[in-house]
Amino acid sequence: MTAILTNLFDGVAYGMLLFVLACGLAVTLGLMNFVNLAHGAFAMAGGYICMVLVNRMGWSFFAALPLAFVSAAAIGIALERTLYRHLYARSHLDQVLFTIGLTFMSVAAVDYIQGSSRVFINLPAALQGQLDLFGVGIGRYRLMIIVICGLLTIALQMVLAKTRFGSRLRAAVDDPRAASGLGINVPQVFALTFAFGCGLAGLGGALSAEILGLDPYFPLKFMIYFLIVVTVGGSSSITGPFLASLLLGIGDVAGKYYVPKMGPFVIYTMMIVILIWRPNGLFGRTAAR
Amino acid sequence: MSASSDVGYHAQRQARWHFGEIAFWLIVLACGFAFPTRYLIMTDILRLALFTMSLDLILGYAGIVSLGHAAFFGVGAYAAGLLALHGIIKEPVLALVASGLAAMVLGFATSFLVIRGVDLTRLMVTLGIALLLEALAERFSNITGGSDGLQGVEMQPIFGEIPFDMFGKAGFFYSLAVLFLLFLFARRVVHSPFGLSLRAIKNNPLRAAAIGIPVNRRLIAIYTLAAFYAGIAGALFTQTTAIASLDVFAFERSADLMLVLVIGGTGYLYGGLIGAVVFRMLQELFSTITPQYWQFWIGLVLVVIVLIGRQRLHRWVLYVPNLIIKQVAGRKAVVAVPESDA
Repeated sequence: MTAILTNLFDGVAYGMLLFVLACGLAVTLGLMNFVNLAHGAFAMAGGYICMVLVNRMGWSFFAALPLAFVSAAAIGIALERTLYRHLYARSHLDQVLFTIGLTFMSVAAVDYIQGSSRVFINLPAALQGQLDLFGVGIGRYRLMIIVICGLLTIALQMVLAKTRFGSRLRAAVDDPRAASGLGINVPQVFALTFAFGCGLAGLGGALSAEILGLDPYFPLKFMIYFLIVVTVGGSSSITGPFLASLLLGIGDVAGKYYVPKMGPFVIYTMMIVILIWRPNGLFGRTAAR
Repeated sequence: MSASSDVGYHAQRQARWHFGEIAFWLIVLACGFAFPTRYLIMTDILRLALFTMSLDLILGYAGIVSLGHAAFFGVGAYAAGLLALHGIIKEPVLALVASGLAAMVLGFATSFLVIRGVDLTRLMVTLGIALLLEALAERFSNITGGSDGLQGVEMQPIFGEIPFDMFGKAGFFYSLAVLFLLFLFARRVVHSPFGLSLRAIKNNPLRAAAIGIPVNRRLIAIYTLAAFYAGIAGALFTQTTAIASLDVFAFERSADLMLVLVIGGTGYLYGGLIGAVVFRMLQELFSTITPQYWQFWIGLVLVVIVLIGRQRLHRWVLYVPNLIIKQVAGRKAVVAVPESDA
């Protein structure tokens, strides 16, 4: 029984992490219908920046996390303004080729700068070890992830639902043409959201170094996971990707624990079945335009 | 001339063998005799060309974007390896066809999943299928040899007559023959009414359906055929290198394939062949400059190609040849990439 609870807990932590990593992609795909396979590269950038700050420059982990967010967002907005925006109107094939190219470049560049081996971030002592809660072993680090990601999710939901920016973003998602007709600066809304999504990915990358492992191949290895979250969750709301992430996280952890030999098999099968059953995603309303 | 006979006239003109095409194949054949020390790399290029032609069939003609074409390559490769290893079908040509058929069966089965949904769903499903097969190959390591791959594959002589030599000469001409035969067939297919209907589907599926083209059936057919081609390419890989390892399913293989096709240009069959040559040369060049980081430059090439725009790039490349043709022959250029936009 406790093993099930521990697994569930780990799965939730994993799923929340995936959500933070992937929700930026949900916006890119949902709002602009742009296939961004390079999303993982931003996560990797955040992770490596955090690693350098903590391990080499002696920053505290908690101070490095916001900086991972800010720097990934900065890289994101720089690329969006210079390169990405030229490709919004292009075919999906062009977008796929372009972002695969970016991914390859980021992989080789990080390999060149930091080496190809997996890196670890030195965690403060307060985050190591386990708590024992009613006989259920709970990792402190995972608990922190759940707290941070949970707060972020609530904050995101609030921003989307209550603020002026949130309603502009929702309007732009629903109908970009009508939104721009109403005087909403859709490209600007998108650029800001893109940068914010990249920042979240960077934060997720920094947090995931401990759990998912951080090496130069991160963007390729987890690309499929991000895509699963978005396609299964749909991009019409934030709840869809969130539930999809939790499902994926719990499914993956349980799959690895109970049927270790089947490994990733469970996830891919689940994804294909869901996509066949609901091509627009489990929680999606409309087809991606 | 009425509109319909006009279309027929142009389709027939397109389908006719041009002088340039014959010259192209003669040059390829001549390479086999001109560079006797480079058989291995040339065989590699031919394999890649065949594999790319397979992607061209679905991407260039039917407009299906696939990120997991390596799935069929991998099935073909493992099928050929297993057939040879366990001595089920000893004769390489028969084994080649059998491996191609194995990939074809998978292609037919998965085509029903692929034709559903929009581009994004297709990307995901094709990618998922390739990853799934990779996971399966890893899982059943007692059959596939796991991450060590199939080792000790020994090939019997072709038709029981021509043995594979260690310089790869037999392998090269064998691959060339297979490539040429399959090319002839693909050429026939894409210039047939069937091929023309595919182009109609690619340009506008809704309209194609409205004029009575059974869209889904056509897509299933071409996807299955492309899977057969990819399976043959995979089987050639195993037969000429005598190994099959897990990386036949790798995502990088599918991604590189797209790059090859994009370099060569889609929708005129030669794209795969030209792209394969250019890609391998680029790869050689980059790996001599930076052995470990050639992927960076490959990525850069992709980004630059997309940013410049594929159509514009093809116009630049063809500018000089077309100018010469115009000056010498005094007529409008014949060298043109039809429908280079996918």
